[in-house]
Parts: sequence; structure tokens; C-alpha cells
Amino acid sequence: MNFPILSSLILLPSIGALFLFFTKSTKNNNVTIKYVALFTSIVNFLLSIYLWILFDKSTSEFQFVEQRIWIQDFINYKVGVDGISILFILLTTFITPLCIISVNNSIKKRLSEFLIAVLIMESFMIGVFCSLDLVVFYLFFEAGLIPMFLIIGIWGGARRVYSAFKFFLYTLLGSVLMLVAIITIYFLNGTTDVVELYKSGIDIKYQNLLWLAFFSSFAVKTPMWPVHTWLPDAHVEAPTAGSVLLAAILLKMAGYGFIRFSLGLFPAASEIFTPLIYTLSVIAIIFTSFIALMQEDMKKLIAYSSVAHMGYVTLGIFTIQQQGIEGSIIQMISHGLVAAALFLCVGVVYDRMHSRLINTYGGIVSIIPKYSVLFMLFTLAALGLPGTSGFVGEFLILMGVFKDNFLVAVIASLGVIIGAAYMLWLYKRVVFGKLINTDLKQMIDLNRSELFILSCLAIPTLFFGFYPDPLINTIEVSISDLIDQYNFKLAGKI
Amino acid sequence: MEISIIALPLIASIISGFFGKFIGDRNSEIITSLLVSISAIFSILVLYEVIANQYEENLLIAKWISSGSLEVNWSMKIDSLSAVMLVVVTSVSALVHIYSIGYMSHDPHKPRFMAYLSLFTFAMLMLVTSDNFIQLFFGWEGVGLCSYFLIGFWFKKDSANKAAIKAFVVNRVGDFGFALGIFLIFYLFGTVNYSEVFQQISTITDKNLTFLGIEINAIDLICLLLFVGAMGKSAQILLHTWLPDAMEGPTPVSALIHAATMVTAGVFLVVRCSPIYEYSEFALNIITTVGMSTAFFAATVALVQNDIKKIIAYSTCSQLGYMFFAAGVGAYNVAMFHLFTHAFFKALLFLGSGSVIHAFKDEQNINNMGGVWKKLPYTYAMMIIGTLALTGFPFLSGFYSKDAIIEFAYLRGNTTGYYAAGIGIFTAFLTSIYSWRLIFKTFHGSYNNKIVKIDETHESPIVMLVPLALLSIGAIFAGLFFKELFIGSVGSANFWGDSIFFLKPLSADHPPLWFLLLTPILVILSIPLAYYLFVKNRNLPEQIADINKPLYQFLINKWYFDELYDVLFVKSSKKFGLFLWKFFDLKIIDGFGPDGISSLIKKFSVKANKFQSGYIYQYAFVMLIGFSALLTFLIVK
Repeated sequence: MNFPILSSLILLPSIGALFLFFTKSTKNNNVTIKYVALFTSIVNFLLSIYLWILFDKSTSEFQFVEQRIWIQDFINYKVGVDGISILFILLTTFITPLCIISVNNSIKKRLSEFLIAVLIMESFMIGVFCSLDLVVFYLFFEAGLIPMFLIIGIWGGARRVYSAFKFFLYTLLGSVLMLVAIITIYFLNGTTDVVELYKSGIDIKYQNLLWLAFFSSFAVKTPMWPVHTWLPDAHVEAPTAGSVLLAAILLKMAGYGFIRFSLGLFPAASEIFTPLIYTLSVIAIIFTSFIALMQEDMKKLIAYSSVAHMGYVTLGIFTIQQQGIEGSIIQMISHGLVAAALFLCVGVVYDRMHSRLINTYGGIVSIIPKYSVLFMLFTLAALGLPGTSGFVGEFLILMGVFKDNFLVAVIASLGVIIGAAYMLWLYKRVVFGKLINTDLKQMIDLNRSELFILSCLAIPTLFFGFYPDPLINTIEVSISDLIDQYNFKLAGKI
Repeated sequence: MEISIIALPLIASIISGFFGKFIGDRNSEIITSLLVSISAIFSILVLYEVIANQYEENLLIAKWISSGSLEVNWSMKIDSLSAVMLVVVTSVSALVHIYSIGYMSHDPHKPRFMAYLSLFTFAMLMLVTSDNFIQLFFGWEGVGLCSYFLIGFWFKKDSANKAAIKAFVVNRVGDFGFALGIFLIFYLFGTVNYSEVFQQISTITDKNLTFLGIEINAIDLICLLLFVGAMGKSAQILLHTWLPDAMEGPTPVSALIHAATMVTAGVFLVVRCSPIYEYSEFALNIITTVGMSTAFFAATVALVQNDIKKIIAYSTCSQLGYMFFAAGVGAYNVAMFHLFTHAFFKALLFLGSGSVIHAFKDEQNINNMGGVWKKLPYTYAMMIIGTLALTGFPFLSGFYSKDAIIEFAYLRGNTTGYYAAGIGIFTAFLTSIYSWRLIFKTFHGSYNNKIVKIDETHESPIVMLVPLALLSIGAIFAGLFFKELFIGSVGSANFWGDSIFFLKPLSADHPPLWFLLLTPILVILSIPLAYYLFVKNRNLPEQIADINKPLYQFLINKWYFDELYDVLFVKSSKKFGLFLWKFFDLKIIDGFGPDGISSLIKKFSVKANKFQSGYIYQYAFVMLIGFSALLTFLIVK
């Protein structure tokens, strides 16, 4: 294969964005602009599907590797995928077109700029998931913040500036330390090539500090407790499409980073810090679930539930068990679909009533039945009902954790009870009950594009709930190899 | 054919749920009823095969989850245990489907209702035919979900929505234990398939685990965790609070889900896991204790309730308690027998009460009924049959199953056994009293309804009466016909085969004759007693209540469980959530984190601003100070 498929995946959205940049946004050509963006992202999606088909699932080697010299003897532009990264690329290319379709209801001004931000962000995200050089990874990882910052800051709600800065400062603060760590690694090993670092390992003397530096960045982005408070604010102020991108893709970068770098590069340190991760994750699951219970703003509720769900993810990753890590990846994919859908569901009623407060609603089931059915489905997926993708992830994670630590598994399982309570209570207050607010009577049920988007998210949510094999199959070899490597390095103490 | 038993209800549900609008109300009713009935007929054929030819099969439908050593398949396991459950589930479900055509005739959302019923049937069938714990869990949560939908079916009623959420969340508490049990099984055996787990169980009898410093036997722990799940689903004491509230749903739902099928899933679980439970004397004693406590507790509460459905709901709770204590004394087959007979007479009672409610135009308080037995002759007759069967009147189905439970408890020969037998007899007496109270207050005495005139009450349509008639046949004969097969000393071992495991065979002795006669006599004597109390001398019960005011209050408030839980869990959770949010997140994390730092930086920059005042003499002064400090430093060094 000489065709640089990964670079194409990274570049294509940017090229689309470039086109948009040179098109002036007026009322008349808004449709054209949207179609250009949509077309680009759909081509990218098809390309990533093609990548998935070509992908050889039987090996854990990196595939489709491309390497170009960037700065002589220092940085190489190197990309490649294994079973772990490919699913995240697919998630990114799948969510982006849906986001683009969703904009006609929510974005009223500067449409072409918005779409440019979305497409650029897609480029960066794909870059994050396939870069095999730490510096390249860092660049993509940080660059991804900028479009998000703009999306919140320009198209956000009333307190958008506060939220945008909170988001930016929080995430940047962690990342500075990661940059220092990357430079240190270069001085220690003379390379930032991930594959070579995997082979040579990193001196155990430095691992703890390096691990902590990476952790500070990933923990903020996950977000883990107690550095999660930027997320509810960011979500509340972000426009619907922004929330979707944030929840579905941006949060997954850190989970991916934990697997790829924390486990891959610093096994000895990961072993030492596992209790820390467990503690923070369990606190995140329990605390944020209780907080979610009391939210009055729908978006905040879902944002807090995201923190809890990501708590399961970090928990599963550090079990270093096949079930745990596989569960985490499935949980991330599932959360990508479900949280995206839930934010879209909030967006649907927000576009109609301009309120995100739960008590505005109630009794809308007979007015907008299609919406209610789909919202119910995603509610159930969020609370991890068997038959939805949410269950497979959560159950596998908890199984993995149980093997490692009883107490953690018991406490984490308690989150499942609270999860059911806050999701069902949210649904009940919004959809069921007597119709008191008579303004709601004018609500129109899902239009064609909304129905299409939500169905696109519903189908994989159900499909992977009943048949998660395509996902597990893809990651299985890579993960078992990762675990073997981890244990091997741990035994040899590198 | 086997797979179509499961598939047909699912298809019915999809058709009615998604296309109900297009095919019309009547068509969706017919299609769902028909498909579920076919499924019922197939189930009966399968049971026949099992009885006649010891038919056993484990069909593989598809792969589900495989991760590392975990292999889970969608599968269908047919043995005597699942065949019995198949028949119970599909036949009651089919009758309830048909009955609902009449009962829900005025409801605007018929297709949705039928779709939920069929979906429930599907989930329940997945539960009983699973060959592994995870598919069981799928069905387990699936029936919980359908129960949630159906309890909250009248979505405009706030109480219905609350009851639905309560049912789901309380069940989740049970499922929490259940899931941990599954994790533990996977941890110990590396598999979740019944057959593989059951094979290995005898190899770990001495294994101990330490949790939070407490050392506990591994098998005991598995059994207890699984039983927590069973307690949730089968509404056993402590986790029972959702069941009476679940009566907010339409009555056919109560008959199908909250009497005959879903709530018995817990009993099914314990029986299915008999190869594990047999190795845990400790867990079995706990089950017996919980079962008999529930039986007694629920019966006392049922004595004073006034809502016709709540009485029957508590009665169900109580009967489930009987099933558990049968399982707890090791008589799993007797538990299954009672489950089987109970499905008929309890569904009959619920559907009958539905017919009464229908006649009184949605009145549920028995104090507002009375004197209508002539107006509702068929309903009355069939309710009588149901009551006789429930109370264990000789030669009706309840007589065989319930008395067998009490006998086996006695024959267990240990303290728990005798204790359970004693409570069992007393509870049987209470059961009889509250059941006849219901009948007498509903059908006899004076007519007490002020809204509906007596002439307006009417017998239900034929489509509702036929299912009642069929169920009453079951309520009369199920015990007599299946006694030998289920619990007979010769036939039963043959029939159950490997599906139920006995470490040591059940005692084949007989208790003394006086013991055998005790329960039936009490049950028969209670009829005139109830008649006297609730028809002849109606003031007497009120006087008794007045004298024992605290006791009466305690009972009518259902032992104050709801109030206690509200304070303990609901209110405190909300307070805790509010505290974490408003104080922890906003004040502490944000206050000392981003907001604090940014305001700190602001303060500093304001200070720094002041430095740049623009006055030359100030700058010169600062320079001078700096210069002298530097000089001093150099000299000292």
C-alpha cells in the first residue's frame, strides 16, 4: 500500500475547510457551504471504513505506517494505526458528518466559520489517534483545543467567555507538563518515536515523574475528579454541535492517551499509580453521579454523567486485564455515541423552547412521540441496560476491576444504581407527567434531519449492544499484546 | 420451533410497537395475541416432549460477548426447569394478551400497550431459557425495563411515573448484588456458563475470600450475592417496597408481571442455581429466614389494606416468601410447584379484580364496593375459585403446593425448619382471613359505592371472561394433575433430571397426621370466621382496630418501610448530591482552583500595576534601593 491513507484522512477535512475559507458566507450560499463540509466529512468517513476493511486484525503491529522527516534528527512525522486507534478514528469520522448535519437547527451566525472549525478539529483529532511520534501527538493534542475554544467562545451561550477560558486554561495547564515530559524523553532516549520507545523502554528512575506529567494532562482532558469542573461549564455554554464533538471525541483523547502512553511507555509507574487512578475514578463515579441527580439544567446533568462514565473508563484501563481495557474502549465508543445523542436530544428541545432547564418541560411525550422514543433509547443506553452498547462496556470494565480489587468493584457498581436514578428521573421530568407549560403544545416533532441523525446514533448503539464482536475483534489482538508487553516490561523492570 | 417460542413475542412487539399506527388498534391486538398464543402452544408441546421423552437441548443462537476468556452466547437451554417456566410464561401471557383486548378497550394507546406486553414476554423467555448468567442478566434487566414501561403506562399520572422509577431503581439495587455475584463467579471459575460453573462448584467448597477484613466462604458469598438480586426481583422483605406501588400499572400488567411471571424470576434463579446453593447451608438458612419473614410480614399488611389490588400485591409478596422458604429448606421442586400453581390462581385473582374494577368504573377501594355478587356472577364465581386455591382449600391447586412447602419445612428437621413450618401455618391462616375479607367486602354486604349506581355495574365482556375461565381450570386442577410429576417421590426425580440438584435426597418421610390436617382445618375454619367479621358483625374489626391503634397504624402504614427509606436513601441522596455540587465542586474545587487562581492573579496584577506609577522619583527610589541591596550582597559575599 503506497497510498498514504492516514495522511489523507488527516488532511482531507482541512482541505475542505480551506475551500470553505475562500467561500464567502452569505444567506444564499449557506446551503452550498454545508454541502461542501458534509461531502468532505462523508468522504472521510468512507475512507475510514475502507481503512477498517483493509486493516489486518490478526496482528498488533502498527499498520499503514507513514514516516517523513520533519526536522532532521529530531522529529519525524510518523503515523500508523493498530486495533486501538482505528476505532477512535472511525468514531471521529462518524460523528463529524452528523455534527455538520445538525448545525442547521442550532447555528444561526457565521456558519462557514463554524464548519471550518469543525473540520479542522476533525483533522486534529484523527491526527491524535494515529500519530506515532510524541511531538506530533502533542501538537495535534493541543491544537485540538483551539477550534473547541473558538466554538465555545464564539457560538456559545451567555457565559461563553468564562467557560471558554476555564476550558482553555484548565486543559493547557496540564499539557505544559506533558510537553516538558516529552522533551525529557527525547533527552533520555534520543527519540520521540513511539514504536522505538515501546521497544527500548524508559528508564525506571524517571518513569514516575514522566507518568505524572502525562497524567496531569490526560486527567484534565478525561476529565477525572477533581479537575472536572470545566466540563459542565463548557458543555452548558457550547452550542449543540460543540457539545457533541466535545463529549464524543475530545474526551476520548485522554482515554486513548492513557492506554497508548501511560500503559505503553511507563508500565512500572502505572503499576505504582494504579491505586491513585482507582481512587479518583471511584470518587468520580460516585460523587458526580450524586451531583448529576440534583442538576436542574439538562446539559449539566449529562455533562456530570459524562464524568461518571469516563470514571469507568479510567478504572477499566488500569485494571490491565483483557476485559477491563476492552470494556474501557467499548465504553468510550459507546459513550461517544450515547452522549452525542443525548446532547443532540437536549439540542432538539432547546432549539424549540430555548430552555435547557428541566422544569420547563414535562408531559411532552404525546406532543413529540418520535423524539420521546429515541430519547428513551439513549437514556437506557446511558444507564447501561443490557442490549445497548453501554452495558457491554460497563459490565466488562466491572468484571475486569473485580478480578483486581473487590472493594473498588463494589463501590463502582453502586454508581450503576445512582445512574439509573438520575437518568430515569431526568426522563420522567422532561417527557412524562402532566403537560403544565402550555407553550410546549406548539413543539414540533423531530424533523427529517434530526430523525436521521438520532437514528444513525441509535442503530450502532443497539447493534453493538447485541453484537459487540466487530469492536472486540478489532481491538482484541492489540490489547492482549499490550498487556503481554506490559507484564513483560514489568517483570524486566524497564 | 424452539426458537420461534422466543422469536414470536419479539416479532409481535416490533409489529405492534413500530407499525401499530399503520395497522390499527384491532389488528395489533389480534397479531400480538395470536403470535403469543402460538408461542404458548409450542411451549406446551415442548413441555410434553420433556415429560414424555426427557427432551433436553442447548441451542446456540449467536455469539454475544467474547473478551479474553469470557465467552457469552445468545442461547436457548431447554430442560424440565425452563420448559415449565416456558409454559407458565407464555400461557399466562397469552391469556393476559386476550384479556387486555377487553380491559384496555377505552385506552387510546392500545398498540403501545400490547407491544410492551409482548416485549416483556420476550425478555422473560430470554431470562428462563438462558444457559449462562449474562443472558440471564439481560432478561432480568429486560423484564425490569418492561415492568418500568408498564407501571408508568399511564404517563400522565405522577404517581405512576414515580412508582415506575421506584420499581426500576429498587430492582437495580438487587441487580447490583446480582451483578457482583456474576463477577465473583467469573473471577472464581473463569466462565459464566451454567454447566461449566456447576461442574466446578464442588472443587471450591473450602475456598475462603477476604473482603474488608471479613473472611467468608466463596460459595456462601456467591449465593448471598445472587440472592440479593432475587430479593429485588421477587420483592422480598427490605427490597419489597416497589411491588405494592407497581399496582399503579393497568391490572393485566399486575397479573402477568407482578404475580405470575417476573416476580417469580428470583425463585427461578435460586432453583436454577440449586447446584450452587446446595453447597451453602448458610445461604439456604438466610433464604428460609427471608422467605418466611416476607410471607408473614406481607400477610399482616394485607390484612388491613383497602385497595383491592394492593391486597393481592401483598398476597403475592407473601406467596413468593413461601416459594423462597421452600427453596431454602432444599425443596426446590416444591418451590417450582408452588410457582406453577401460584401463577394460575394469582393471575386469576388479579384479572378477576380487574373485572371488578372495570365494573365499578376504576374504583379500587373495597370499602366502596359490596353486594354485587349477583350482578357479577361469573367474576364472583371465578374469584371464589381463585381464593379457594390461594388459601389452600383441600384439593384445589394451592392445597397441594402450599401444604407441601409446610410439610417439607417440618421434615427438614432443624430449628429453622420447624420455625418456618410454624410461621408457614400461621401465615396460611392469615392468608385465608385477608383473602376472604377481600371477597366479602367486595361482593357481599351492602352496596357502598356513591358514584356508580348498582344498576350500572355490569359483568365484563366475554373476551375478558374466557381467560378467567381458563385460568380457573388451572387453579382447580393444576395441583391435582401435576402433583406427582413435580413433587411425587417417584416421578419427580425422573422429571427434573439434572435441572435440579440435590446434594442429599429430600426426606421421603411423612409428617404426623395431626400436622397434615392442621393447615386445611385452619383454612376451612377461617371462612366462617371471616364471614362473621366482615359481613355479619362489621363493627367488630373496627373495634379491634380502635383498641389496638398503634398496631393498626403500624400495619396500615406497611411497617413504615417507605417512610424509613425515604429518609434514609431518597432525601439523604438528594442532600448529599446538593452538598457535593454546591459546596464541593463550586466552593472548594472552583473556588481554590480556576476561580481562586484567576482572582489571585488579578490581585497581583493590580498590585504590580501600582508599581508603574509614572513618577520618576519613585522609580529612582526603587533603583536606589535595588542598587544598595545588590552592593550589600556583593560586599557580604
